[in-house]
Amino acid sequence: MNRKDLHRKKNVIGTLARQIGDYKAVAAITPLFMVGEVVAEMVIPVLMGTLVDDGISMGNPDYVKRTGLVMLVVALLGLACGVMGAFTGSRAGSGFAKNLRKAMFDNIQKFSFASIDRFSTSSLVTRLTTDVTNVQNAFQMLIRMAMRAPSMMLVAMLMSFLISPKLASIYLAAVVLLGILLFLIMRSATAYFQKVFERYDDLNESVQENVSAIRVVKAYVREDYEITRFQKAAANIYLMFVKAELKLSWNNPLMSAVVYSCILLISWIGGHMIVAGSLTTGQLMSLLTYCMNILNSLMFLAMIFVMMTMSEASCRRIAEVINEDSSLKNPEQPVMEVKDGSIVFDHVSFAYNQKSKEPVLRDISLSIHSGESIGIIGGTGSAKSSLVSLVSRLYDVTEGSVQVGGVDVRSYDMEVLRNRVAVVLQKNVLFSGTILENLRWGNKNATREECKRACEIACADEFIDRLPDGYDTYIEQGGSNVSGGQKQRLCIARALLKNPKILIFDDSTSAVDTATDARIRKGLSEFMPDTTKLVIAQRISSVKECDRIIVMENGTVNGFGSHEELMRSNAIYREVFESQNGMAEDADFDPKQ
Amino acid sequence: MAQERVQQVKGPHGGAKRGMPREKVKNPGKIIARLMRILFRNYGIHMLLVMICIVTTVFASVQGTMFTKTLIDSYITPMIGQSDPDFGPLAGAILRVALFYGLGVAAALLQARLMVYVTQGTLRNLRDQLFEHMETLPVKYFDTHAHGDIMSVYTNDIDTLRQMISQSIPQLMNSAITIVSVFAMMVSLSVPLTVLTCVMVVIMLVLSSFATKISARNFAARQKGLGALNGFIEETITGQKVVKVFCHEEESTKAFDELNEALFEVSYKAEAYSGIVGPFSTQLGNASYVICAVVGCALAINQYAGFTVGALASFLTFNKSFNMPINQITMQFNAIISALAGAERIFNLLDEEPEQDQGYVNLVNARLSSEAAGENAAQEGLTETAERTGLWAWKHTHQADGSVTYVPLRGDVTMNGVDFGYTDDKIVLHDIVLHAEPGQKVALVGSTGAGKTTITNLINRFYDIQDGKIRFDNININKIVKRDLRRSLGMVLQDTHLFTGTVKENIRYGRLDATDEEIEAAARLANADGFIRHLPDGYDTMLTGDGANLSQGQRQLLAIARAAIADPPVLILDEATSSIDTRTEKIVQDGMDKLMKGRTTFVIAHRLSTIRNADKIIVLEQGRIVEQGNHEELLEKKGRYYQLYTGKRPELAG
Repeated sequence: MNRKDLHRKKNVIGTLARQIGDYKAVAAITPLFMVGEVVAEMVIPVLMGTLVDDGISMGNPDYVKRTGLVMLVVALLGLACGVMGAFTGSRAGSGFAKNLRKAMFDNIQKFSFASIDRFSTSSLVTRLTTDVTNVQNAFQMLIRMAMRAPSMMLVAMLMSFLISPKLASIYLAAVVLLGILLFLIMRSATAYFQKVFERYDDLNESVQENVSAIRVVKAYVREDYEITRFQKAAANIYLMFVKAELKLSWNNPLMSAVVYSCILLISWIGGHMIVAGSLTTGQLMSLLTYCMNILNSLMFLAMIFVMMTMSEASCRRIAEVINEDSSLKNPEQPVMEVKDGSIVFDHVSFAYNQKSKEPVLRDISLSIHSGESIGIIGGTGSAKSSLVSLVSRLYDVTEGSVQVGGVDVRSYDMEVLRNRVAVVLQKNVLFSGTILENLRWGNKNATREECKRACEIACADEFIDRLPDGYDTYIEQGGSNVSGGQKQRLCIARALLKNPKILIFDDSTSAVDTATDARIRKGLSEFMPDTTKLVIAQRISSVKECDRIIVMENGTVNGFGSHEELMRSNAIYREVFESQNGMAEDADFDPKQ
Repeated sequence: MAQERVQQVKGPHGGAKRGMPREKVKNPGKIIARLMRILFRNYGIHMLLVMICIVTTVFASVQGTMFTKTLIDSYITPMIGQSDPDFGPLAGAILRVALFYGLGVAAALLQARLMVYVTQGTLRNLRDQLFEHMETLPVKYFDTHAHGDIMSVYTNDIDTLRQMISQSIPQLMNSAITIVSVFAMMVSLSVPLTVLTCVMVVIMLVLSSFATKISARNFAARQKGLGALNGFIEETITGQKVVKVFCHEEESTKAFDELNEALFEVSYKAEAYSGIVGPFSTQLGNASYVICAVVGCALAINQYAGFTVGALASFLTFNKSFNMPINQITMQFNAIISALAGAERIFNLLDEEPEQDQGYVNLVNARLSSEAAGENAAQEGLTETAERTGLWAWKHTHQADGSVTYVPLRGDVTMNGVDFGYTDDKIVLHDIVLHAEPGQKVALVGSTGAGKTTITNLINRFYDIQDGKIRFDNININKIVKRDLRRSLGMVLQDTHLFTGTVKENIRYGRLDATDEEIEAAARLANADGFIRHLPDGYDTMLTGDGANLSQGQRQLLAIARAAIADPPVLILDEATSSIDTRTEKIVQDGMDKLMKGRTTFVIAHRLSTIRNADKIIVLEQGRIVEQGNHEELLEKKGRYYQLYTGKRPELAG
């Protein structure tokens, strides 16, 4: 491991450790309880020894009873410590998990769009769920066992040395020997396990793909092909797992061998010592008990070591989320008001990844007046969405600047800017809750009437009125109980409720039929004349009536002008127009009464 | 709201379901028996050897414990006070025990290594069986089960089963044998102390089952809390960009905090109650030890029935050896229950009814034979051939007399009075009548939920119809072997699915023996060649995670290339170009027209430009055909299609 790795590892541990937060006290006290429990478990054999030696051998039943009573009290104390430890340990573990989730979730809320893109949704969900569970388990194990095992070993070792340093040194030698052997086994096994986990990913991927793409598999009659592929992956896992576990299979026998050797050695030497009068039978018995304790705890330590290695990946993945620094920050003295809806692109270049050589947008300069309606058209990958996402500062430009209301977007308070620039995203989402609740995302305090009003403009009222519960209809997760067109209209209404200065539609009416689309546009120009409107669309009919239309091509502006101008001067625009032949272009409609 | 499919995809995470008992196992006995059958059927000899090993290990450790007794009583005590003690007998005893120990260690090693093969081999077989069986299941299974749940069978359930086979089963066997043999030893040493030990064990069991019950209740609550929180996380993060554009972060955080706090409360209790089982059984074990010691001391001092100090020492060791396996069983209880629940889900998947296929008509490559080789083939002038000729025939083996007839594949599809519902009580397609003549392009149009995709799912028998007939070249499709039916139909689906692998491999998926040149030709036909060449490694670029590094439009182009290379007689295109911009689509369309030439093609599209030149346009509404005809005929009608096409309402149309 080089220094950089070590530094990174320290960083991960530090990040995670900070999240223990309020649970530091319970986390710290748990090992103490565990030590208490261990001490109780250790003292009992000692008492047992004196009980045999001083009680039974001397024929002193009173002593036996007295010592027995002491032993019971110790056991009770041990129990109390154990129970308390279980409670504090669980509290610390669950609390730690809670804080980890919170820290991640809070930071995700601060994520810039670039960060959201970088971590995929599914990976974030895994980090918040499975990874947290892994770390919680390891943490609980750590605070309960990591202290327990070494302290048990320490106490047992100490006791042994008090009884007979000579015999105890046998244990010391055994511990060192077994420790080295276990370490070697574990190290070579964990290397294999890491490979196993990688192979596991292949296997899961194969299953995942087959489950979600079963129609493709069946349509192409590729069942046998897929089975062969899967079996190859499964065979790989089998081989790796067998190799790893065969290594581990040495653990227990090795441990028994060492324990047995110790017992025999102690018996032989101890026998001599008893005969010579330097050891009692009771002491020999105690020593034999400690033998198990010492070596068992060593085994535990080895297990903890394995568990820690296994949770290491989870720790790293969690720390990544917590430490992700949002590249978008509010300025020191933010502008708190958006004056009007004018937009200026001043020599803007933009790349999603700072390092990538090919910028998505190249040297774009545009000036849009407040209240103007602008259509944006262009082929797949021509960077239409990237262009509009700069307006509400979802991403920061790489070069140049974007100004809204005459002020650089980077000078605004982000919340103010985004409340004034409403975006209806291409990949839009409704959340589980009633329609009204979803609409109020746009404006928390919107009255029922205001919501209705927005729905009327978005042409959503017609289908909402037909729903049995109207505006109180419950929307399932992801809006799965409304059609694509209905979803889009609800998302538009939600954005309208913001009463924005700039309104951006990113292909937001693709599933709405042409007639309704036209009515929405008409409603907007009628009821929100002062709002600047940016409309990305595939259909010419959706942008034809806009004041001006931007034609995008490969990250540059190919043409900017009215429909008539572009028809005259722009080849791409004309071609798109001809491919659609000026007719209605969309047949996916919702039944109207 | 009619769904196009009865799909309920709940994402890749079916809620966190790890570790602890989640539901009641219906029939634990049956599941254990089945598990044992699987283990012994494939690994009978291994398991037998494992059992012998376990008996040997237990025997060795019992011998060792007995040695402690003889060590003090028979060897050491007699030597005390002797002036010239003879250590010979002690050395002999130690050597004898060393032999037993050696045997025990060897047996333990053998057992551990055998179990590796048993565990991993069994899991591999189970995985293979699961996957093989899964591939035979009907599409309906995948549409009606959450994908996360299916995935979790392969991951979580197999994983808990691994722990159960490799750890719990040998441990249980070991514990059972240990308990029995230690019990016998204890009885031989002292009956009253044995009774005492047993009483303590009963108390221990009662107490720990009590704690287990409480923790089980809390675990159930924790699972629920975890489910609620995970659901919220998944929903919020999926819509994270929307959260941001609406500045809704604070509200989301508030809702999250509430769920997170609630989860903490139950989770903490669940962990704590399951955590106290351990200390309770340990300390009760210690108490049992103490009580036996006190009582044993009294017995030894009174020389009751020849009970000696050495015997007491041995007995106390046995007392510990007796309590230990019982402790282990109680602590493993949770693990065993969750493993059984996992095994139950594995078996449930294995017991799912596979797709039924009573077809007997096969699809074969054919060649026109001028000299009519076989008498049966004579009537059609066709002979069967192994090589790809581009000419296909249905091989019809008559059940009555075993004679074979060949019918050329022409691509004539008829539907007659077809009714269909995903469930019997909810019919979504009513009385569908349509006829696609060979080489025709048939377009299906209509709103979301009108049943367009459903119709295509019936032609390839992803679903079977409730009533009516579907005929392919005048053969009832029920008589055609499903695989052959599907091989004759090329599909480009609404959701584009690509597989992990290179671009080349993904296109080759359509026809496994396609050459690189054929693949490039197919890519050119689909207009995918251009962007593929711009990828870092061209045709050898690795695609991961369902082609996530490609845009939706690029993925569709690849899917089209994949269908093109399959070169099927009949094509079904379900929104195949929906995410491609209109200009690119026009280029693709030219390629597709080439591809569709001479083939019967079913097209579902919402772009009218894709539909316009179809030979037959079928307008669907709420599961019924409302109009049928070509573009001109339908415009003439001024009905539903006219309204769609012009964007005008029919009543307003002049």
